[in-house]
Amino acid sequence: MLVLSGIAIIIIGFALGVNPLLVVTVAAFASAAAAGFGPVEVIAMIGKAFVSSRFMAVAWLALPTIGLLERAGLRERARDVVRRLRGATTGRVLLGYMMLRQITAALGLTSLGGHVQMVRPIIAPMAEGAEERDEANPLDPETRDHIRAHAAAVDNIGVFFGEDVFIAIGSILLIRAILEQEGIIVAPLHVALWAIPTAIAALLVHGARLLMLDRRLKARRR
Amino acid sequence: MIGLDALGIAAAALPATVAIHHALDRAEATRWRNVGFWGVFAILLGAGPWLPDLLNGCLVLAMVGLATWGLRPSLVVSSDRPSSVRGGSWLFAPALALPAVTLAGTLLVPDGRIAGVALIDPKQVSLVALALGALVALLLAIRLTRPPATAPAAESRRLSDAVGWAMILPQMLAALGGVFAMAGVGKVVADGVTSVIALDTPLTATIAYCVGMALFTMVMGNAFAAFPIMTAGIGLPIVIHRFGGDPAAVAALGMLSGFCGTLMTPMAANFNIVPAAILELRDRFGVIRVQWPTALLLLVFNIAVLAACGFSGRIS
Repeated sequence: MLVLSGIAIIIIGFALGVNPLLVVTVAAFASAAAAGFGPVEVIAMIGKAFVSSRFMAVAWLALPTIGLLERAGLRERARDVVRRLRGATTGRVLLGYMMLRQITAALGLTSLGGHVQMVRPIIAPMAEGAEERDEANPLDPETRDHIRAHAAAVDNIGVFFGEDVFIAIGSILLIRAILEQEGIIVAPLHVALWAIPTAIAALLVHGARLLMLDRRLKARRR
Repeated sequence: MIGLDALGIAAAALPATVAIHHALDRAEATRWRNVGFWGVFAILLGAGPWLPDLLNGCLVLAMVGLATWGLRPSLVVSSDRPSSVRGGSWLFAPALALPAVTLAGTLLVPDGRIAGVALIDPKQVSLVALALGALVALLLAIRLTRPPATAPAAESRRLSDAVGWAMILPQMLAALGGVFAMAGVGKVVADGVTSVIALDTPLTATIAYCVGMALFTMVMGNAFAAFPIMTAGIGLPIVIHRFGGDPAAVAALGMLSGFCGTLMTPMAANFNIVPAAILELRDRFGVIRVQWPTALLLLVFNIAVLAACGFSGRIS
């Protein structure tokens, strides 16, 4: 049971607002110590795992481009595009992006999107611009943060509940591999079919919440 | 062959640039902390595979120490923020070129062979395409916006500072996942779920499996880490073998229940915590706060679908 101390440290540490890097490090030492590993082994393990997951850092190579485009006014431009559309609201902009993300992910195109490449420079400014139509009447910080958080959320929800409809995605390959170890053979298409109801439910549930967001924003404006 | 090592060296270029920019910033009070943090990150990405694990681990701990101490970078202001939009709608082109090149590379060179020569590690094709896309997009952006020579580095630093320590959190959590696996945390959690809930009907077994997937994913931060353990613990022996659940349905809805967990946990940093930093939210948990209602409703939906349709005709 003591190996679970790492999980307890994570929960307490995150709740207290301690720097997550420190929380994670302490949790790793605690769980490993409970399982009988010494500090030197844990340090080597952390080093090895950190280096072998370095592929995660490749996505950050988009930052210089995004920075240059922001400097030239990309976010303002995205905002203006939306302001010119009369019917555009925050909820509708985000719903449109979520549908696009879900459909492209269902076709296996999961790389069309992402928080660095799409949400920060384009989607979040569009969602903000739909609400902040008048330059002289800027959004208050709470509303702005809330809209931005929703912009990040639609990217996640769209890709999570779209990608499993595609038969060659990592999760379906993993499902096949695990079931095959137990002698159960499943067709990828069959697994993908079972992801469709949840994909539709995700669109309806989150779509409804986005339209409710519009109503709440409207109420706040008055 | 272009593989993970080359990708690491390419990825190291960004933190190296940021470190140099900080080193040249004499006015910054916390200059050397920032140089240390980004410099060490660059070393780990670029040279890590050739250094001993223990040294790499110490370098990681050094970064954690510097981040905990507080990087507090001084703000870089974009040198000349244009009041009018310079490139017009063309500004969208480089932003869209990045995914377009990534996609084209992944589709056109699926096995890493160019003109019959095995040039790219087939497992890394999409990441190599992503790195290439970033380069193409950067050149396009420079061409289009004609910034001063120092601007690309300054902009890299501005955005990297905004993201800050969150940039290495996904890799730290991957390391923690490895330690948890080594310490056997997964087995303890799976045993706990099976011993707490009486699994005597298809419905309770379905609930245990789906909720277990969501909870375990929240702990591990990754549905892929939770799936093999929960499926071996509850999904296969009980939901599939004892109650006759359709394996494809059980596995698909179990995985999707895990995704619901992903939406609710800070452990899935690259989906929940890092975006909060990228979008400069003041609340670290802001993204999770707007996601959890959807995640919970979809978890209930998954359980309902599996319980209602996943056992058709085979129930005993």
